[in-house]
Amino acid sequence: MVLNCKHVWAQISDYIEGDVAPELREAIEEHLAHCRHCAAVLDSTRNILVLIADDRTFELPVGYSERLHARLQEEIASSE
Amino acid sequence: MTAEAHSTGSMAGDSPVIRDGELIARILSGERELFHELVRPYEKSVYFAAFSILQNEQDAEDAAQETVLKALKNLGNFRAESKFSTWLISIAMNEARARLRHARVLKFESVDESPPDEEGGFTPSVISDWREVPSQALERKELRELLQKAIASLPEKYRAVLVLRDVEEFSITESAAALRVSEGVVKTRLLRARLMMQKILAPQLASKRGGLFGSFRNRAGGSWF
Repeated sequence: MVLNCKHVWAQISDYIEGDVAPELREAIEEHLAHCRHCAAVLDSTRNILVLIADDRTFELPVGYSERLHARLQEEIASSE
Repeated sequence: MTAEAHSTGSMAGDSPVIRDGELIARILSGERELFHELVRPYEKSVYFAAFSILQNEQDAEDAAQETVLKALKNLGNFRAESKFSTWLISIAMNEARARLRHARVLKFESVDESPPDEEGGFTPSVISDWREVPSQALERKELRELLQKAIASLPEKYRAVLVLRDVEEFSITESAAALRVSEGVVKTRLLRARLMMQKILAPQLASKRGGLFGSFRNRAGGSWF
């Protein structure tokens, strides 16, 4: 199985998920070994996903949890 | 951060599903105060699910509160064939979308209307090499803002799946259940969302080398980070 760059891009998300068949994985890795552009696309995509998963990227508003549970407590108390 | 990662608490050691099932049974038997414990592991995901749709802190917080109240009210309708976390997130998504419709600011976007290339896919930013941006660089507000703006710029359906899978780290199956779409649809949207993020961010991050984040240097003495 020989893949071109567009084939690899179409599989890149499933490849990151580890959700490609062994034969396809082998073909993707064969392509990546010889195509520095696709290797850079994969590396940059993975890198960006690591950054957006980091707890520092998205923070809850200060006091969110306290306000949520106070509102919930009002509801619980009013229905008793 | 996964939903499961939060799911310890008063019944540490049990799986989240068992923990949630036990709590739900007790709440429905009258121990309503336990609802605080039931939702606590998922309250962050509820907020970010709503935020992924509404893109406004106050609106997302209001939607999150309403989500939790609706979940309390309708807990008797919860069926154990789904996870409580995905049921809760699907309520949050619906609540957020209802608020958008109400505000008449809903932008109609669909996967079919998004501009595909000739083969119906999305092209990434083709670069010749990539030097890793370390997580340490997230101490810089500028980097956090770049990432936040990139996600905010995605069409809503891509933003929602990216936030569930890649920010909140729900599984594909959980993301599909929360969004009430098939796993195939989640995978298709995820591919496009990830490639759009790469296309937006890779050139920006590459151009920042030695500049905006220049005080971070790697151990090999690289030119940035």
